[in-house]
Amino acid sequence: MLLIDCPYCGPRAEIEFAYGGEAHIVRPAADVSEAEWEAFLYLRDNTKGVLAERWRHSHGCGRFFNALRDTRTDRFLAFYEIGTPRPETGEAA
Amino acid sequence: MVEIAEGCTLDSLPPMIRLVLQGRAAALDAAAGALGLDAVPPLLRAASGAGGQALRLGPFELMILPALGSRAGLDAALAALPHSLVDVSDRHVGFVLEGARAADILAGLCPLDFAPSSFPVGMVTRTLLDKAGAAIWRTGAQTFHIEVWRSFAPYVEAQLREVGRGISFSLLSV
Ligand SMILES: [Zn+2]
Repeated sequence: MLLIDCPYCGPRAEIEFAYGGEAHIVRPAADVSEAEWEAFLYLRDNTKGVLAERWRHSHGCGRFFNALRDTRTDRFLAFYEIGTPRPETGEAA
Repeated sequence: MVEIAEGCTLDSLPPMIRLVLQGRAAALDAAAGALGLDAVPPLLRAASGAGGQALRLGPFELMILPALGSRAGLDAALAALPHSLVDVSDRHVGFVLEGARAADILAGLCPLDFAPSSFPVGMVTRTLLDKAGAAIWRTGAQTFHIEVWRSFAPYVEAQLREVGRGISFSLLSV
């Protein structure tokens, strides 16, 4: 069980949350090529190390937010609001 | 009054009006004003005014229990602001769990810390009661108002009774 620190509600058990995949993926403009659209929909970095990812506090405040998590250790390094830049952690991505 | 553990009762609340307001700060401020509150309650806190109660379940969300069962004042106060105000009364069922072991019974179904220092009177939050979503509102030191979705209500009630039975049994056996 992970302890996840919602930026609005504070630390809560993992069962209150839904995972939202990799964060900071920008939706392309309407005149996008098929290759760019495919990349937007399907291609992810599959990071081994610090990953920026989205979570939703679905059984809580209902909001999406972002987190930095080390995929090797499951240790969270930061929690931050949607729309704010990825924080510097001093650790290699 | 139904006693589900030594000195702990569980009661269903009668039908009541519940509204969910989603909006930015201006809309939440206008609703608080219409309810007679000085300010929008802080996150995860409830406040009562002449016009009703406001439960701050999220940064852009209030659950509102209007005192007179009417939304007319809210609609008027919000008319000029972007918002959504939805009547969810039929979706919800309310319970009151009260007694010395009420917090212990909730703790049997939910990982939140119900100690008064972590979950004080006036705090409200959505969470899980076993596997069903629920809003838990501490209205007194030993009193909790619980809101669940209607189809989950028999399940949540049965789980609360089951934990109550277990607590009563452990009290008898020690
Ligand atoms: Zn939250």
